[in-house]
Amino acid sequence: MEYLIDIVLLGLLMITGFAIVRMRSLLAVAMLTSIYSLLSASLFVVLDAVDVALTEAAIGAGISTILMLATVALTSDEEKAPRHTPLLPLFVVITTGAALIYGTLDMPHYGDPTAPVHRYVAQSYIHDTPADIGVPNVVTSVLASYRGYDTLGEVTVIFTAGIGVLALLGYRTRRRNIQGPDIRKLVVLRVIAKLFFPLILLFALYVLFHGDYGPGGGFQAGVIFATGFILYALAYGLGNAQRVIPHQWLLVMAAVGVLIYAGVGFESMLLGGKFLEYRVLTDNPVTGQHLGIMLIELGVGITVTAVILIIYYGFVSRRD
Amino acid sequence: MDLLLEILSWICLLGGAVFLLIGAIGVLRFPDFYTRLHAVSVCDTLGAGLVLAGLMLQGGLSLVTVKLLLMFYFMIFTGPTAVHALAEAALQGKLKPLVDDRKP
Repeated sequence: MEYLIDIVLLGLLMITGFAIVRMRSLLAVAMLTSIYSLLSASLFVVLDAVDVALTEAAIGAGISTILMLATVALTSDEEKAPRHTPLLPLFVVITTGAALIYGTLDMPHYGDPTAPVHRYVAQSYIHDTPADIGVPNVVTSVLASYRGYDTLGEVTVIFTAGIGVLALLGYRTRRRNIQGPDIRKLVVLRVIAKLFFPLILLFALYVLFHGDYGPGGGFQAGVIFATGFILYALAYGLGNAQRVIPHQWLLVMAAVGVLIYAGVGFESMLLGGKFLEYRVLTDNPVTGQHLGIMLIELGVGITVTAVILIIYYGFVSRRD
Repeated sequence: MDLLLEILSWICLLGGAVFLLIGAIGVLRFPDFYTRLHAVSVCDTLGAGLVLAGLMLQGGLSLVTVKLLLMFYFMIFTGPTAVHALAEAALQGKLKPLVDDRKP
């Protein structure tokens, strides 16, 4: 039965891939990549990787689609006809694909207990998490505690991406369109957006602080939080969204998130531990781990929210 | 009692699947954008709603049912809103609805 679901999902993925290649309208391609991400998210659920599925659904199907649509709105809706014959790229793609498929022949089977990935640190992570950290979600304990350095690196990458977009796109402070589009035409959208804005923020906070117990964490929560504001900006215009959360705040927030994360690391050093060694934060090592994970997830969430909104404001401020 | 619940839930699930299928056929077969939107909205409300109702009956009284209820609540709001937004955007983009202008 599970094979059947796998086959259907993978088949749909392939069809979507071919459709993306064949399409000429960039708007349709952006929507199809969203569908592609949603299908991958379903595939991750089938593989029991719910944390990854949530990330893929929130980032791949949600935010990237919005950003791609914003890009299409800034540029052109039609793909230009290719200037060269597609034979050489086709050859390169087929060769690479064949090499990759050849490479998978050596990989261990899915769920093989003797696979290298299951024999080294993974076992000790799964075995030690209840005693060391005491959170039910092993993914969170690996992401935030055992591999805290890597996650700090990822947050820094996101922060750098935000700076990069700022440097490339900048931000225009023209305040021409402060009221947004015509009010009568958007009344349904505005009522629904107003109704759902607090619920989306509430759900984001749930995902953020419930990440220890279920799927979720700072990255997903940050994206969902930003989605709420993007919905508000879509329905009410960028000017009104600016009044809720100004651009200058976002610049500060993006830095504050990384600083909270690194600050927890330095705090644990000051208390006599190693960098990001949360168990020295309180008297009880397990409570210290809880506190540390919660604080760094909060930092991640703040940075991700701010960077996504910086990118979105950057795109939209060029259009309004 | 269990059997009754099981039968009811499968009726809901299959009914939802039938409505989803009808919606999909409609999207493929209907002649223009607005009629296709009409087909999609059937998918959204009745199809997904019945599937969720069937799953609720399967889940029994538990946290799963509450989550499914929340999903249903979000769906009955977002589905029609999305369809409305699409139709509104098409109208503003000056897309004319297909009208049968033959004399009766």
